[in-house]
Amino acid sequence: MFNRLSERFDDIFRSLRGQGRITERNIDETLREVRRSLLEADVNFKVAKGFILRVKEQALGQDVLKSLTPGQQLVKIVHDELVGLLGGSNSPLKLADLPPTVIMLVGLQGCGKTTIAAKLASQFKEKGRPPLLVAADMYRPAAVEQLQTLGTSIEVPVFSQPAGSDPVEICRLGVDEARKTNRSVVILDTAGRLSIDEEMMHELDRILQATSPHEILFVADCMQGQDAVETAGRFYERLAFSGCVLTKFDSDARGGAALSIREVTGQPIKFVGTGEKVGDLEPFHPDRMASRILGMGDILSLVERAEQVIERDKAQEMEEKLRTASFTFEDFLDQLQAVRRMGPLEQLMGMIPGAGKAMKGMQVDEGAFSQVEAIIRSMTRQERVQPKILNGSRRKRIARGSGTSVQDVNQLVKQFQMMQKMMKQMSRSKGGRKKMKMPFAG
Amino acid sequence: MLSKFFDKVKEGLSRTRAAMTETIAAIVPIGTRLDDDAIDDIEAALIGADMGLETSTEIVDELRKRLRSEQLEDGPAGVMRVLEEQVAAMVALGEEGVLPLEGVLPGKPYVVLIVGVNGAGKTTTAGKLAKRYTDAGKKVVIAACDTFRAAAIPQLEIWAERAGADIVRAQHGADPAAVAFDALEAAKARGADVLLVDTAGRLHNKVNLMEELKKIRRSLAKHDLGAPHETLLVLDGTSGQNALIQAREFNQATELTGFALTKLDGTAKGGIVVALRREMDLPVKLIGVGEGVDDLQPFDGAAFAKALFAE
Ligand SMILES: Nc1nc2c(ncn2[C@@H]2O[C@H](COP(=O)(O)OP(=O)(O)OP(=O)(O)O)[C@@H](O)[C@H]2O)c(=O)[nH]1
Ligand SMILES: [Mg+2]
Repeated sequence: MFNRLSERFDDIFRSLRGQGRITERNIDETLREVRRSLLEADVNFKVAKGFILRVKEQALGQDVLKSLTPGQQLVKIVHDELVGLLGGSNSPLKLADLPPTVIMLVGLQGCGKTTIAAKLASQFKEKGRPPLLVAADMYRPAAVEQLQTLGTSIEVPVFSQPAGSDPVEICRLGVDEARKTNRSVVILDTAGRLSIDEEMMHELDRILQATSPHEILFVADCMQGQDAVETAGRFYERLAFSGCVLTKFDSDARGGAALSIREVTGQPIKFVGTGEKVGDLEPFHPDRMASRILGMGDILSLVERAEQVIERDKAQEMEEKLRTASFTFEDFLDQLQAVRRMGPLEQLMGMIPGAGKAMKGMQVDEGAFSQVEAIIRSMTRQERVQPKILNGSRRKRIARGSGTSVQDVNQLVKQFQMMQKMMKQMSRSKGGRKKMKMPFAG
Repeated sequence: MLSKFFDKVKEGLSRTRAAMTETIAAIVPIGTRLDDDAIDDIEAALIGADMGLETSTEIVDELRKRLRSEQLEDGPAGVMRVLEEQVAAMVALGEEGVLPLEGVLPGKPYVVLIVGVNGAGKTTTAGKLAKRYTDAGKKVVIAACDTFRAAAIPQLEIWAERAGADIVRAQHGADPAAVAFDALEAAKARGADVLLVDTAGRLHNKVNLMEELKKIRRSLAKHDLGAPHETLLVLDGTSGQNALIQAREFNQATELTGFALTKLDGTAKGGIVVALRREMDLPVKLIGVGEGVDDLQPFDGAAFAKALFAE
């Protein structure tokens, strides 16, 4: 699924090259694939349509047709256009000249406002700007208690009022309280509501008037479907919010809602929530989002995940080994284990652009990995470090020890030698390659 | 109370209906014939209701076929009828589609495990369902197996109180499988008719959390081989195509018996259920149409299709 788009592009243009001519119609065909991909990612159908038109204009303007690699060229245009639409690189929160900065969170039920409130508060606190949380959801059972519990865990005070109080009053008093107690930031956690619930939307108008927030953040679930346009549009019309936060970004949703929201409101996506822990809040990266929406794999996430499991020094050491091609079976085993710690292989492969094609039809076989591991484990230390000494009788012994056949062992040794050779070539060709930390995964 | 309840459903779905009806009427005004452009627009409108590309394509292919074989009358009415027919056929349920809500339940206690991603509406659905059963004269126990999210237990306590159900809970951070086990034991000891198991929200791509769910299941089965009798995946009605992956993954981990689709009182059309039904042989059993204790309904496929397309 991940690399369908670039794969399809390649196919389309390969067949075209055979014909020797590329026409506007062929571009249309390619763009149909782009549209498909956008819709599968839940980009709103109207937004997708507009996007395709713009890309087509661009593509025709840039002489894609004359390019040697039109497929890649087009992918690049699509990707860049998407990055552009998703907003330049990240926009920080506006802070008040005269504290406290008032931040109001709004959104549908269950989109993750309360959790985001706590995450933002925790981040402000760490930066030395003492925050106050205000519990203004008087409707959902135990919503106040949820915020209080989170507040306690991050040691941030929570302003609340008894059940039955008016949310508008709570917010007003909360901001007063922040002023009196010299808090730099006040975060208003409002109740989730439907955009068509007039009474509840009016409550937001009143909170806005009572507190004049510096930032109004629209919190949206990145698993949301086509309705994102409608909901974001209505909230924006009503409140003119200043930014957006995408939650549940650690899901495998492609997150087309991000593009829809951005397109109908023009407001930047400022953060993404990436987990259930208070620390799981990150700035938004348009380029990563673009790749994700297009289903083109996410090499950056892969590198990050790799960094999580391989300690930094080790990664550097590995890089050095790669460069000098002094890579042994011992290292191979290390990497194998590191890769497996990163998660299911299929998922990892999906993150590597281009791997989709190579891996197609070839089931990622976790069993094969276990076999490789077993073979290496049956080697002596010396054999692992100096594979050259692996003669026939040694190989027979290893096969027996690992419950495999001599052919299996032979094949692994051969693959390993090929890999070593490849690395030598890679280390000779200068440039980006040096950054590759995971030869085995690549 | 009951009539207010039905009004709410109608109101919720009527918005949906109005939107689709207007769109289709604008694409094929009265007296006009369908053409390829119009069919593309209809496909887009179906996609706009979250039915997904493949399902929408399949539906308009049928339209095209009828058009070619001259079986389609001009104007929006004929088109809507075909669309309604198609969708109704896709979401139609068999016997297994009905969640037993009254009479003799097939299990004592009848154990319903409620699962889903974060914020989908699990706890609310558990609360509403508890109310349905207590209204039907059943003795209900709720197991508070979300021991992770802040204030999840107090939230459920309030729902239990509203519904007149008992709750079995442990401390925050306790092992949810152990809570489930204790709750089933307690439900049996108290002679309860129904045990509802509310679990923590979890993303389907988190391996450990899915494992935890399997463990909860196993620990219920340890007590009663038939339990859980129902495993409902709660899906947010606003969700897009990712719901298909959610359904697949949760089904793999816990063998679902059906879905509950929430938040249908909003502007989202919930078309994802059509895509879901087409892909998986599992029924939608319940729909949520509001935040009140009575805002829960058995799913009616024909009514759903009608609400989407009827004039
Ligand atoms: N409008 C509307 N809101 C709903 C419906 N069902 C649930 N909600 C709201 O959605 C929000 C989340 O519901 P919960 O029941 O807490 O969801 P959950 O799945 O238990 O959430 P976690 O346990 O945090 O994963 C709450 O504000 C509910 O009131 C519905 O049918 N319509
Ligand atoms: Mg819950």
